[in-house]
Amino acid sequence: MTKEEKLKRPDGREKEELRKIEAKVGVIKRADGSAMFTFGGSTAIAAVYGPRTLHPQHLQNPETGVLRCYYDMTTFSVSERKRPGPNRRASEISFVTTKALEPAIQIENFPNTAVDCYIMILQADASTRCAGINAASLALANAGVPMKELVSAVSIGKTGDHLVVDVSKEEEDFTVMKDGKEIKAATDIPFAIMSRSEKISLLQLDGKINSEDLNEAIALAKRACKKIAEIQKKALKKVKEE
Amino acid sequence: MTEEENPIEEEIKEIPREIVVPGEVLAGKDFLPGEGTRRENEEIVASRFGLLEKTDKLVKVIPLSGAYIPRAGNTVIGQIVDVNFNGWMIDVLAAHQAFLPVMECFGYINKKDLTEVFTFKDIIVTKIRAVKPRSVELTMKEKGLRKLEGGMLIKINPTRVPRIIGKAGSMVKTIKDETRCNIIVGQNGLVWIKSDENDVEREIVAKKAIELIVERPFHIGLTEKIKEFLTKNKK
Repeated sequence: MTKEEKLKRPDGREKEELRKIEAKVGVIKRADGSAMFTFGGSTAIAAVYGPRTLHPQHLQNPETGVLRCYYDMTTFSVSERKRPGPNRRASEISFVTTKALEPAIQIENFPNTAVDCYIMILQADASTRCAGINAASLALANAGVPMKELVSAVSIGKTGDHLVVDVSKEEEDFTVMKDGKEIKAATDIPFAIMSRSEKISLLQLDGKINSEDLNEAIALAKRACKKIAEIQKKALKKVKEE
Repeated sequence: MTEEENPIEEEIKEIPREIVVPGEVLAGKDFLPGEGTRRENEEIVASRFGLLEKTDKLVKVIPLSGAYIPRAGNTVIGQIVDVNFNGWMIDVLAAHQAFLPVMECFGYINKKDLTEVFTFKDIIVTKIRAVKPRSVELTMKEKGLRKLEGGMLIKINPTRVPRIIGKAGSMVKTIKDETRCNIIVGQNGLVWIKSDENDVEREIVAKKAIELIVERPFHIGLTEKIKEFLTKNKK
């Protein structure tokens, strides 16, 4: 391997090194369950309420309970003030988060009810949806919602020719010079993987990737999610000492 | 306060019961899956976050947190939110509103005006007769079920209710005797406190004692601790 090919991440991390993770449950007193999850500079808090009556009534499902996730960013979470309230991006992420968590929870025994999960990004530095899913998964467990397993999420990126785990903002904006122009050359793939069955419940792709790299990215994500799941487990068990 | 905290931490570590998280393997095939667990192939896996309880053959998970899930036979405290022609709708802090039919109410009832018995915002202690997919049915036809007047109502986490009651009601009896308060603990996490002498101070002491239990659910010598707290605060 020549010197140029060697991976150099902006924050000096190794290829498979995650940013500093912090996880805590029970951060919101009034919620039935809550959690905070931090990936370096990205912090998400999640609050879970329910099972409770679902309104509007036409959304009620007599066969099963319904999970609803709401993702949003605080106005101060990004360098340029974000306009308050959900936007197109937020509603998309709310949707994929719901879909990522749905296979893990078992609310069949609560027909006509909803489990509401509110995710708020306090600080954004890429991979916020992954931090959000991790926080939501913790909050759901903390709220006593029956679950098959925990869900862990991580983003795998490709900066230039290198695959990296847990993309930061700098890596997300990676560019190369070509013909005197700056071209975006970063790929970002958020994954959500269930802790026990290792099934993938979320896979999005922003950028370009070939099938070989994608296969490697999946393997990387599985390894990284295993580490995250351990941290989540530890955070949940820590309740006892408080 | 800091002096007291250290021994508590030590005692916590002595507790053998383990906290489990969803997806954790609890036991092999020799056991039966109880509440909060499920069988997956040859293993028994936790499906809730809570304390692990293993008996000879059975594994179950006791929840540590979460919303109230109504069960038939539970005594709960609720508030009247609507009065219909044939009964009352009651909020028992569950996912669905509960219904108390006139038939299940005690005494003589003037059917023309049900508000004479219970009206909006009244607090009652009632029992769950049946749980149906879309509703909860209540009854008042049992000893001790009545309208609650005066006193104070506090809300605690429903998973802490067994702790408040204690073994065979020992904990709640201690608080009752020491503060001379009448206390009713609903399974849904609502606790009604009323001093026998209408002394608010005593009610507050009882409330503080209950909050102490809620904060320290893992503490082993909790009854002693509460006794100590109550005698200290006794006038």
